[in-house]
Amino acid sequence: MLRILINALRTGVVTIGYPAEPSVPPDRFRGAPVLRPGSHLPPPSVCPAGAISEFFNAEGRHVALDLARCIFCGRCADDPWADAVGMGRDFELAAHSRDHLRIEVVADDAAVTAARPALDRDAEAARTSSEIQRVLGRSLQLRHLDAGSCNACDWELTALLNPVYDVRRLGIDFVASPRHADGVVVTGSVTRNLETAVRRTVEAVPDPRIVIAVGACAASGGIVGEGYASAGGVDRVLPVDVYIPGCPPRPEAILFGILVAIGRLDARRLQREE
Amino acid sequence: MALATVVATDETATPDGDLKVRYVFEPTAPGGPDRFVTLLVSVDAARPEVPSLTTAVPAANWHEREMRDLFGIVPVGHPDPRPLVVHDGWPQGVFPLRKAFDGSRRVPVEPADEFPHLVAEGEGVFEIPVGPIHAGIIEPGHFRFTSVGETVLHLDARLFYTHRGLEKRMEGLSPLDAFYVAERICGVCSVAHGLGYCEALEQIAGVGAPPRARLIRSIALELERLYNHVGDVGNMCAGAAFHYGTATGARLKERLQQLNERLAGNRFLRGLVVPGGVLLDLSDDLLRSLAVTLQDTLSGLDSLMGHIEANPSVVDRLDDTGILQHQAAVDLAVAGVAARASGVDRDARRDHPHGAFAGPEPPELHVVTIPDGGDAMSRMTVRALEARESIRLVGEFVRRLEPGPLQVTLPEPLPGGRIGISAIESPRGEAVHWLRTDPRGRVERYHLRSPSYHNWPAVALAAETAIVPDFPLVNKSFELCYSCTDR
Ligand code: SF4
Repeated sequence: MLRILINALRTGVVTIGYPAEPSVPPDRFRGAPVLRPGSHLPPPSVCPAGAISEFFNAEGRHVALDLARCIFCGRCADDPWADAVGMGRDFELAAHSRDHLRIEVVADDAAVTAARPALDRDAEAARTSSEIQRVLGRSLQLRHLDAGSCNACDWELTALLNPVYDVRRLGIDFVASPRHADGVVVTGSVTRNLETAVRRTVEAVPDPRIVIAVGACAASGGIVGEGYASAGGVDRVLPVDVYIPGCPPRPEAILFGILVAIGRLDARRLQREE
Repeated sequence: MALATVVATDETATPDGDLKVRYVFEPTAPGGPDRFVTLLVSVDAARPEVPSLTTAVPAANWHEREMRDLFGIVPVGHPDPRPLVVHDGWPQGVFPLRKAFDGSRRVPVEPADEFPHLVAEGEGVFEIPVGPIHAGIIEPGHFRFTSVGETVLHLDARLFYTHRGLEKRMEGLSPLDAFYVAERICGVCSVAHGLGYCEALEQIAGVGAPPRARLIRSIALELERLYNHVGDVGNMCAGAAFHYGTATGARLKERLQQLNERLAGNRFLRGLVVPGGVLLDLSDDLLRSLAVTLQDTLSGLDSLMGHIEANPSVVDRLDDTGILQHQAAVDLAVAGVAARASGVDRDARRDHPHGAFAGPEPPELHVVTIPDGGDAMSRMTVRALEARESIRLVGEFVRRLEPGPLQVTLPEPLPGGRIGISAIESPRGEAVHWLRTDPRGRVERYHLRSPSYHNWPAVALAAETAIVPDFPLVNKSFELCYSCTDR
């Protein structure tokens, strides 16, 4: 026992400061792809996840990238499109609607820039329903729901509870019963074999409740998509409050999404700036 | 010979005009020839029946139930004819892996009768249903315990809740696109399954990854094993209510996943292994960071194992708990840690060399087996020893790195109508990949038999030697994947 205690003291505090302090991902980290307007943007067939689409109108060729679908593989930023697309480092991508996760550029004229302006994260946080904030206050009890994930998102949710991320320090915890929860975090594209269980679990969470879709599969169907065994995303089955892109999202990205969900971001951001 | 995998295919639209079942066997002698033997059976599409092998080859059990659900091929005389992969309310006579079935549309969920679980009756016999949604952050499965007091009489495990139809999803794709699906069948086996798919594809293409790429692939494979094994040791501590161990395991695993993110840009090492080789190189800086992290992991793991072994309350919980008999492990063709902890000397790194083991002068591999083991303690011991072996191997691979190309280009389109089979030692044991291209060089059929697929029935057997409150511990000691079983 004494040896354990000494060892624990020797290890010291390993918990990170995020979100009060910024988290800088390593150099090779693949965050949101950055599309540079110009004529060499890749065709949709480059993307294995179907995240890239295009259409033509009077302005020319529009190329859109759906961050909710993106699996951050980096293929669209590889030769020969490395000049047109770069893998960015931004991982704080969570948003209240799928629309906000669409990046669109006009591709035929280098003078025309992004057709969709970058998302205003603070405005996004302020959009949170004041009702949810009033009722849930500053603490959030969540129930995890695996709706057919590959287990990667689930592991990252578990990581949030490890001594490094320790989300309990922020008043966030994962509970065993939906009856004790303020909301659910859903991973996976909602398989046919889990659809009933998913619906019933969410119905068991008292109202008002929030639904957070974690990772590409939950947010859009991801690489799994829609098929005989998969609904193709949580919002095909239930209304979703927050979408967190990533395959899987790193733990800080999930934490960011949870904070977006409870509208606590602006406060944390201010603290960081002080 | 042991059953490696069973692959059904729908060839009704080809000149053969039939369904086929391939029973793939492999030698069981340690280090025996790297060979698969396929028994090919042509099945009449008008009367799709094959005799069931399950009573003679117990490992065929789930394979046969799966081919009935997905292909409508009936294993006549099967002892357990309940559905396996498709669940309640699945329409009669609809077989999703038949070529005529359009896999892109959703099949609605209909109300259905309760699944016919095996029930025991008698005074004092209780049924305890658990799942599919569990109390923690874990994958979904339903466990139906029949118990008397605390003693488990029978465990009926129902899985395939995370069945996503991924094999169908890959059909018709360019093999290079389908790779991204294979890499995402399972999060914590991303390297192993990505690599298994690549090696099968490279066989079809008739190319081999360059030496430097092979070494980096093997480094990635060992790093995946390492973060899994270290995390699993911690998780087993959770099952034994030893919280210092849980937190330490989680902390060590976290450091390894942060290392993964530095090496590959992804905490599960996704995006490193690609068809033809590897996408990213290891710079001197990264190699230094790798060496430091592995050194710290080694001392952290040694200290954790010291605490576990010195703690009678933990050792008591693990010793003689959840026993898997050697013969049962052989009969069920159990793989990986669970097999070796029950004295079955199998390791695909040696038996079907891949990655750096496939090159000339492969490094020596110490396969850890415990001849009189079979309990949770043995599975923990095997994991701890294998984690150390992985650290040693990574050092060896790094020493062998020579400058050179990282990738070979695959021909496009790929040769049509060819089959590739590979076996990879994933963190949970041997995973067998079977891939065939269509005449245009696209994916015609892909099938993954994960180690967990063969190991799940063994969990039920081991649970029947334990008491109900020890089930979480028994389950964690096997640490199987649901997602790579269900696909
Ligand atoms: S990085 Fe995203 S958008 Fe680009 S190819 Fe990969 S999945 Fe598609």
